[in-house]
Amino acid sequence: MLANKTLAIIETRDLTYTYPGATNPSIKELSMTINKGDFVILTGPSGCGKTTLCRCFNGLIPHFYNGSMEGTIEVAGLNVADHKIPELARHVGLVFQNPENQLFALSVEKDVAFGLENFAMPREEMRQRVDWALQMAGITELSERPPHELSGGQQQRVAIASVLAMQPDIMILDEPTSFLDPVGAQKIFEVINELNKKLGITLILVEHRLDLAAKYANKVIVMDKGRIVLNGTPREIFTSEEARMIGVGIPKATRLYQQLKQNGVRLKTAPVTIEETAGLLREALKRD
Amino acid sequence: MSVFEGFRFRKVSSVIHDLDPRIKFFFVTVLFVMAILFTNLLALVVLFFVPLPFVFMARVNRQWLRSLRGAALLAVFIFATNLIFGYFYPSSSPQITGSVDTLAEFLVLLERASAMTLRFVVLIESFSVFFLTTSPDHLGLALQQSHVPYEFCFAFTTAVRFVPVLADEAQTIMDAQKARGLELERGNFLKRVRNYIPILIPLIVNAIRRSLELAEAMESRAWGASEKRTNLYTLKLRRTDYLLVIVSVLMLAVAVYVWLYVPIPSLTALLSV
Amino acid sequence: MIEAKNLHFAYPTGLEALKGIDLTIEDGEFLAVMGQNGAGKTTLVKHFNGLLKPTTGEVLVDGVSTRDVSVAKLSRNVGFVFQNPDHQLFSETVEEEIAFALKNFGFEDSVIKKQVDWALNLLDVAEYRKTSPFMLSGGERKRVALASILAWDPQAVILDEPTIGQDHQQKEKLQQFILQLNAQKKTVVVVTHDVEFVAECNPRVILMSHGKVLADGRAEKILTNPELVAQASIVPPQITQIFLELADLGLPTDVIDVHEAAKILLGRLRERQ
Repeated sequence: MLANKTLAIIETRDLTYTYPGATNPSIKELSMTINKGDFVILTGPSGCGKTTLCRCFNGLIPHFYNGSMEGTIEVAGLNVADHKIPELARHVGLVFQNPENQLFALSVEKDVAFGLENFAMPREEMRQRVDWALQMAGITELSERPPHELSGGQQQRVAIASVLAMQPDIMILDEPTSFLDPVGAQKIFEVINELNKKLGITLILVEHRLDLAAKYANKVIVMDKGRIVLNGTPREIFTSEEARMIGVGIPKATRLYQQLKQNGVRLKTAPVTIEETAGLLREALKRD
Repeated sequence: MSVFEGFRFRKVSSVIHDLDPRIKFFFVTVLFVMAILFTNLLALVVLFFVPLPFVFMARVNRQWLRSLRGAALLAVFIFATNLIFGYFYPSSSPQITGSVDTLAEFLVLLERASAMTLRFVVLIESFSVFFLTTSPDHLGLALQQSHVPYEFCFAFTTAVRFVPVLADEAQTIMDAQKARGLELERGNFLKRVRNYIPILIPLIVNAIRRSLELAEAMESRAWGASEKRTNLYTLKLRRTDYLLVIVSVLMLAVAVYVWLYVPIPSLTALLSV
Repeated sequence: MIEAKNLHFAYPTGLEALKGIDLTIEDGEFLAVMGQNGAGKTTLVKHFNGLLKPTTGEVLVDGVSTRDVSVAKLSRNVGFVFQNPDHQLFSETVEEEIAFALKNFGFEDSVIKKQVDWALNLLDVAEYRKTSPFMLSGGERKRVALASILAWDPQAVILDEPTIGQDHQQKEKLQQFILQLNAQKKTVVVVTHDVEFVAECNPRVILMSHGKVLADGRAEKILTNPELVAQASIVPPQITQIFLELADLGLPTDVIDVHEAAKILLGRLRERQ
């Protein structure tokens, strides 16, 4: 199915990037399209280039990191190479892996306001935006707390609120749940899912823990050694042999389906979530 | 670490805490000027008591006392230095001619040394009250509104924000290295200094890594987008602030008048009469 | 053997982190300490090598109370691998890094050389022998940190959240490695909140919540108990969640492993045919 050009919000063409001083490019001839409203999971083994690609989306590459970039990348209609990072920041937000190192202020609401202050937004408008962002992230009661007193999960929600306050069209999250326990990770996914489904923000989530995140995404992109190797729906990707070979962590639900299939039992569809699997198994066990 | 407790901000609801930091700083500066102005012991004793009502109003008595305790060692040093210096170089003291021979002259010397020490103590206690009652956040804001470039204010508040994080990290690093057999308490001075290398290097390397990550996050949130930033909070001067300004100015006026026209007797003179 | 007897621990701030833990870990056991962030997992295991000493109660390692022995001495037998390798790496070369603990423990040079070679090969980092640890990737640094702890071949190894930030393949390799360590009769204690990881290894599990031990038993019994799981605020393994949904169909509910799950389902489905 061809990507509808009017829907595309991120487009790359033969994108290649080499860090300064490196001998090999970190991403090679990468071509892909992401549509408005997509919830994309970007995954692949460590060192495959996912983090590098994320930094291309908001302009950190090439403007902050320099190095050599070939090919083109367009985000929200802007050619990344031609626009400075603050300009791109109006359209793309980036949430990083380590919650502690993206909070600079001494109170939560000051952190959430940081981007808006940079945009020189008038105070009254800023106040409204900050309160709105805190509410969307479910952390209104934490507004005056210092970041050091918060748990990792709460800190990440502050980071999300800080980015959300700037009302970007696209939000990228680079392994945001690495340092969180499964319950904390779950909360993060629920919050960003709301942002995607309710506000229409295009999401790109870099994640290894596919079992928790799979149920929210409509697209999975798998990278390996600097290239995109797989691009499809979660169902397609999780049942692909190639994904398993690359070493992607296929959710147990899908693995169960595959094990049954290997032994001659075929469920109607390949499940991706727990609910789906339970439903399919129930059907299979009840039919005679 | 108890000396630092005398300068660390604690969140308390009080009139003093709510005062504008710039005005508080002005008040402390006035105290500073008055302390420099007077060399007379009695005057300095009066000055010593001036911050006390503020300490009580701010309910930071215990922490403030800690700052005094911390200053005690340095105070003794200053006292001793002034005493010894004054004894061997008597011409530095205006009331003493020739050398210090009589008891009266020695008392004058003692008084002078005490005055110098008390001057130091007054400085410490004033700044202690300032830092105890001013949150780093407000301080950063005050700096900003006093037209200090934003980069410096930001560096200041960010540094303060990370102090507890770095402290925790230092502890973790120490634990990790202790678990590899590093013994920090043993050995002579030289060995102990060397033993801190496995602590310092990870600390510094991690600080650099952290700075890079912070820079990325700052850039990603449009750092430098506008020439003139706006601010979520703003410091507005209130009635209590203006009151403090008036009090400070009056104090300064009285002090200058006394210094110019009112000869304050020395303690020695008072006692011997 | 590690024993905890009525172990209570409170931080200097007054926060009670452990409220009466009784635990025995035999030599050669494989144990996972699980629970929500803040349950007290890391606090507990830090008592096993003496980094923390009990406020009341006792911790005995091979019959000796940890209060009577230094961390360095305890570490000879209980290796502790910290979560973040960057909290311990500081040397100029990987070789020196691995030799660090061996030197601290006073091993002879010939033994040090042998152990370093052995550890380099064990963790597959021999090619980086002369490389600076700071030049390596995240995964490689983790392996160097692990090598530097295993170098002195401690009887027991504690790993604090070893799977954080690892991709799927790295986790699998780590799993194999841990099982290998245990097969070599080492006591292995893993602090983790990664349920899938634990489900695949099926070790003994200590489930903690709010400073207390909620349950102590096989992973397949504990991770499949809905009340325990809810109390400890953890998420059960995916397979268990699926089977819990199908509980009304008479399927067993204590399943955590994919292969076992498939076997059970196949059996049931074939039954019907």
